[in-house]
Amino acid sequence: MKVVVVGAGPAGIRAVEQLVRAGVTPIWIEEGADGGGRITQRPPAGFSRSHAALYGADAGRAKRLHATLDALKARVDWRPDTLVWNIRPDAKVLHILANGAAQDEVAYGALILCTGAMDRVLPLPGWNLPGATTLGGAQVALKSQGVGVGANPVLIGTGPLLWLTALQYAKAGAKPAAVLDTTDFLTKARFGAGMLWNVPTLLRGMGLYAQLKLRGVKLHEDITPLAIEGVDNVTAVHWRDAAWKEHVTPCDAVAMGWGLKPEAQLADLAGVPFDYDATQQNWVPRKDAAGRSPMAGVYLAGDGAGIGGVDVAELGGARAALALLADAKLPSDMALSKHLDGRLRTERRFRAALEQAFPYPARLAARMEDSTSVCRCEVITAGELRAAAAADAPELNRAKAFSRIGMGRCQGRLCGTPAAAVLARALQVEVPEVGRLRGQPPVKPVPLQQVG
Amino acid sequence: MVQADVLVVGGGGAGCSAALHLARRGVRVVLLERGLVGGQATGVNYGGVRQQGRDPAGLPLARKSREIWSRITELTGADVEFDPCGHLKLARSAADEAELLRWNALAAEHGLRPRMIGRNAIRQQHPYFSDVVIAGSLMEEDGSANPRLLAPALARAARAAGADIREHHAVTAFAHDGSNFEVLANGQGFTAPWLLNCAGFWGGEIAARFGEAVPIEKLHPNMLVTEPLPYFLRESLGVVGGDLYLRQIPRGNVIFGGGRGESDAEIRVTRPRPDAAFGAMQRAIAVIPRLADAMVIRSWTGTDGEMPDHFPVLGPSHTTPGLLHAFGFCGEGFQTGPGVGAVLSELVMDGATDVPLDAFDIGRFTAASGAV
Repeated sequence: MKVVVVGAGPAGIRAVEQLVRAGVTPIWIEEGADGGGRITQRPPAGFSRSHAALYGADAGRAKRLHATLDALKARVDWRPDTLVWNIRPDAKVLHILANGAAQDEVAYGALILCTGAMDRVLPLPGWNLPGATTLGGAQVALKSQGVGVGANPVLIGTGPLLWLTALQYAKAGAKPAAVLDTTDFLTKARFGAGMLWNVPTLLRGMGLYAQLKLRGVKLHEDITPLAIEGVDNVTAVHWRDAAWKEHVTPCDAVAMGWGLKPEAQLADLAGVPFDYDATQQNWVPRKDAAGRSPMAGVYLAGDGAGIGGVDVAELGGARAALALLADAKLPSDMALSKHLDGRLRTERRFRAALEQAFPYPARLAARMEDSTSVCRCEVITAGELRAAAAADAPELNRAKAFSRIGMGRCQGRLCGTPAAAVLARALQVEVPEVGRLRGQPPVKPVPLQQVG
Repeated sequence: MVQADVLVVGGGGAGCSAALHLARRGVRVVLLERGLVGGQATGVNYGGVRQQGRDPAGLPLARKSREIWSRITELTGADVEFDPCGHLKLARSAADEAELLRWNALAAEHGLRPRMIGRNAIRQQHPYFSDVVIAGSLMEEDGSANPRLLAPALARAARAAGADIREHHAVTAFAHDGSNFEVLANGQGFTAPWLLNCAGFWGGEIAARFGEAVPIEKLHPNMLVTEPLPYFLRESLGVVGGDLYLRQIPRGNVIFGGGRGESDAEIRVTRPRPDAAFGAMQRAIAVIPRLADAMVIRSWTGTDGEMPDHFPVLGPSHTTPGLLHAFGFCGEGFQTGPGVGAVLSELVMDGATDVPLDAFDIGRFTAASGAV
């Protein structure tokens, strides 16, 4: 049976590792020039920063993952720089963009999708100015290219990635102008107890916070971001503190992120149904505990299958591969499966506490000014989205049809979450009731002209 | 049981327009739509408001509809982005050019005034065309509109005029007692002396329930859109042979189509097909080379009904008094939708319409099979 694994982050690496161990030689497709994922993003060949400098506390994990990745490449059909832009589930075919041409097809018997995640944003006035990026984008710039988005960035959002990015920037020589956290201390403290399911990770999070304090980085909690100011580039952030006092923090860049959302467009095109996960505040593709989707032969792992973080990605990748092997009546390590199931259960409890401790501020999204652009690609404002609601758009895809929200290059990957919050509030319903933007091919833009 | 004068099944352009025209004449009309209005053929097509190239038998209907398009904003109270930007049909061979001339002569008999653009003029007026384009015919009063907006706008206006528009109401049972229809949708009964079958591809199933099975096939238009490009193209384009249609909206995106998508067996899921998309992309570049560097950002399809002779089924049933059919528009129903609704309202209220419907009669399929 031809097995295809999409994605070479932590989940993809551990999935392929189990497949190869069982004697299966998969086709392994990665959109980037190399694998490694986001948390353990690899710099291009020839860059010389050490694992310790690049990944800090994650250096050991990065080393292990990269070594496994490199060892596996020769034992599989390794296809970097390849974008899967469509799936025809009935024909069991993937459509790929490689070497400038989008016409090639890859047939599969079974498929493991490890397609990762991206930042969730809260649109603000000025968030489409040059110099404003996501926390993930700021991290990737630092890790893959050794450049920062600015020397004095303001970091806005909530979650461990906010602190981690701030610390990475501080260590790299930048001087973060401020770290603005939308979550109040009490919420974090209340759900922090639930994170005792993973004490080392909890301690790491607290350590990040302590190190930032030690380095004199200004941390503000329970803030409300108001606007990003600038003409040709970001110059300041306006925000309000818990006591409703307004502040203006000068800066030369902004990185923002409120947790992550699954990059699950391929699962969507493969026909996998989605459910709303109220803890994550995300739509996630349906799968069982081992990673089997309801579509025969389609398996899901990593953040693309629901946000779990890097530990869950590694565990889930291996587990999904073992499920695939068992379903195909191939030798699969039953003891390991059982062990992984137990660890995944524990990690899920930790993750639930983490998501509750750092919630997406849907209330702020819902209340944004009419003039704020929700959709960057098509420049659609919250007011236009509310007008769509008033014109009888009972759900997000109809609002898209009326207003063009989510119709641009990114197909709503960025604006989908805040748009749902705005629409739900306008219709006076709960966020899940407005649904989610349907996936449409191509998952990312493909050229009209086919090279070769 | 909800009592009405007219039941409309299907909330596409034809059904919503019928509901609007009837409600404006004081009729109690209930429209039953399985999903959301304009979710299928009316909502996912290219958005062409085109008379050019139609079979002469279809021109009176297209002309009637075009007259309504002129006042679509007043009629609906909404901007559906109707733009009479002109429809330019391109010839890529001498035979194509002869075909344009042949149709233009026929169109003149119907009072239409398409204008031939010769080899030199087309080069001068449209420098972005490649040499494969040798001539064109411009129908100035044709144009385009936003397909996503038409049916919802008609439905809103119909509702404002008193029509009862019910979305998420799939009709699960039909009955006729000789004078009244009774249908069941969402657990609710509806009854009326008139039933308008405006159910697109699924109109074939409804006709079959009343003993008028027709050879309808599903049709999934394969549509694509590019990222925004600098605005250069005013007219909506077609080609002789019909294997490419393309227009640019003022914000810059180029919308084009060609070939067919696909669906699962139950037609619950429709998908654009990459092989069809690549064909359309190649043909688009062949006509407008500057599109080569553009990126396709989205593709889609939906479901229409296609008849073997490429005419819709439009007019009274032969088996059931009070039943009017309007379905199977063969990918050309977006332009005619508003006019079809007007025709249906005239058939109900006046017992006649000024549009000849002979070519669209359902009897052309059912007579041979013995149904009366």
